[in-house]
Amino acid sequence: MVKRSTWSLPYFIFMVVFVVLPLLLIVLYAFQDGAGHFTLSNITRFFTDSDSLQTFALSIEVALENTLICILLGYPAAWILSNRKLNRSAVTVMLFIMPMWINALMRTLATAELFNMLGFTLGKGTLLFGMVYDYIPFMIYPIYNILMKMDSSYAEAAEDLGATPWKVFWKVTVPLSMPGVMSGVLMVFMPTVSTFAISEFLTNNKIKLFGTIIQENINSSMWNYGAALAFIMLIIIGLTSLMGDNKQAEAEGGLI
Amino acid sequence: MAKDYIIDIQHLSKSFGGVKVLDDINFYVRRGEFVTLLGPSGCGKTTLLRQIAGFIAPDEGKILLEGKDISGIPPYERPLNTVFQCYALFPHLDVYDNIAFGLKLQKVPPKETEVRVKKMLKMVSMTDYEDRSVDSLSGGQQQRVAIARALVNYPKVLLLDEPLAALDLKMRKDMQMELKEIHRKMGITFIYVTHDQEEALTLSDTIVVLNEGKIQQIGTPTDIYNEPCNSFVADFIGDSTILNGTMICDRKVEFMGHEFDCVDEGFGENVPVDVVVRPEDVYIMNHLEGSQFSGKVKSCIFKGVHYEMFVETDTGYELMVQDYNAFEPGSEVGLLIRPNDIQVMHKERTCNTFKARVSDAEHIEMLGRHWECKVPEGCAEGDELVAEVDFDKVELLDHQDDGRLAGEVHFLLYKGDHYHLTILTDDGDHIWVDTNDIWDKGDLVGIDIAFGAIKLSRSNG
Repeated sequence: MVKRSTWSLPYFIFMVVFVVLPLLLIVLYAFQDGAGHFTLSNITRFFTDSDSLQTFALSIEVALENTLICILLGYPAAWILSNRKLNRSAVTVMLFIMPMWINALMRTLATAELFNMLGFTLGKGTLLFGMVYDYIPFMIYPIYNILMKMDSSYAEAAEDLGATPWKVFWKVTVPLSMPGVMSGVLMVFMPTVSTFAISEFLTNNKIKLFGTIIQENINSSMWNYGAALAFIMLIIIGLTSLMGDNKQAEAEGGLI
Repeated sequence: MAKDYIIDIQHLSKSFGGVKVLDDINFYVRRGEFVTLLGPSGCGKTTLLRQIAGFIAPDEGKILLEGKDISGIPPYERPLNTVFQCYALFPHLDVYDNIAFGLKLQKVPPKETEVRVKKMLKMVSMTDYEDRSVDSLSGGQQQRVAIARALVNYPKVLLLDEPLAALDLKMRKDMQMELKEIHRKMGITFIYVTHDQEEALTLSDTIVVLNEGKIQQIGTPTDIYNEPCNSFVADFIGDSTILNGTMICDRKVEFMGHEFDCVDEGFGENVPVDVVVRPEDVYIMNHLEGSQFSGKVKSCIFKGVHYEMFVETDTGYELMVQDYNAFEPGSEVGLLIRPNDIQVMHKERTCNTFKARVSDAEHIEMLGRHWECKVPEGCAEGDELVAEVDFDKVELLDHQDDGRLAGEVHFLLYKGDHYHLTILTDDGDHIWVDTNDIWDKGDLVGIDIAFGAIKLSRSNG
């Protein structure tokens, strides 16, 4: 009789080969020069290169803007979807989630074509549009989820204690749905920092994001610098996810 | 009109999806009173409370608060507060902020807020808990915070929706005493919803008994217990034996095949009545001298304070008796019921009465079905008649498909030698049945009425 723990072996091997080894390789490459000697120059190069730093700052800025727009548009959408008086059918929810079924690259290409056809100049505006379009379902869904599960007696209790519907929303509904918002933020913010396809297609590479320069470096065989940049990005993303890492978000946040 | 009523409910009705949940509810609450809405689950008591709180708008009728109709006022503008069954404490706020929630909304100065919150915490014995998160509290502690959160606003009326239902028995008893104490100290009017008759009897100044959306009886706990006005109330409150009887004349009633003196008058002569005998009111003795009738003990169970016995009387009725002394099963006993302890009630009905319509010379339409029966002479097709069916002429069948009608056992009452059942048909009609067979509440049954059991008469008498 084979021990049950051995059943997990294939998954373990998969994780090692496709997750752990690549990560180790990134770290290894990041701290080596072209000849394979240990060096910190890749890291210091990033922090001394104003172009890289500017791109990095712009990436963070775009990611923050994208996240903010997603919250501002996504929260009301999730609230309306979860409100049984305003939305009685599951179809509307599906319509919001459906874009997630289609490959993001396809959607982005289609959006770019649409902008070309309409004669819009591609730039930061179109970039943000594409990002919001791609990522907003990831914001709506966890918030919708938590609002749906929220016990209506909290709102009733607040109303009973003298809160107008407006106050109920701000003092009870919003605070209680924060874990959902946190999940949404993690799922929108982290991928937007590293995205490059959207900026490539929707700005014709006019705007370069952090993901873009990593891709360019690796494409032009500058493995070590590319790995260093990827390593820095990983650290940043790790830090943001630690920020949002609380037990409540895990328990109630839906997707993460 | 007396203006001392803090709450006055007039002709309140509410339906959900065509089903009448509350039907013409009328009652008032005096200032400072502890009123309990008591009834089995689904009787409409919570709906009634939620209408007073403002979460549900009534279809018809008025809710007057100090003489002003508040039906159209949203909950947040009503000077009432609710203690919810599930507590509904805000998990993102600590104990202090939960209690201060209402005061902050009213823009009470922080100093005063602090004084009032602390006072409330002391009142519910939760001092030193203000910084605790509500998740870290036990059920009983959460209940206390919920009560403090409502009372800190000094509401005109405090509404409590089965607040103790989630607590275990011992804690529930302690909290009952504390609630009564809080009510006494604060002088605030309480409207309390419960399905627990003992809790209602313990706590209330006035009990409103509800069943199927209608008020059955309003009275003090003693009134409700000692003088139930119908068999539902008698059965629901406390233990009782409910028997069919006949009022022979004033102060004389016959039941269980014996004649008894009683104190009731004004029923008329030879009128069928329901008689309620509380088990603790039956005197039981091991000799026949001085007894009114005899019986044989069938079973005897120790209940802590007393023994509960079922006695088969000489005339074949089963009677529940409670006594401090045990009588061995099988022993012959003498029994006595004093005139004061016999509660006589009007019968709500003596037979089933349905509307019928003649379809042809040998058939009528009744309860949405066609029935074969003897149609009185001179009746033409389409005539409206009244059909009467005796309780014991209705047949109940094990399978719903076997009957002409299908239904469900809705309510059952043991009447000493038979069961009196209320059947709710799938079409929503009530049929009352006397039977010796044992059924349970919720059993699905087929219903049939034999040829010849339907008595027809002209609707105008």
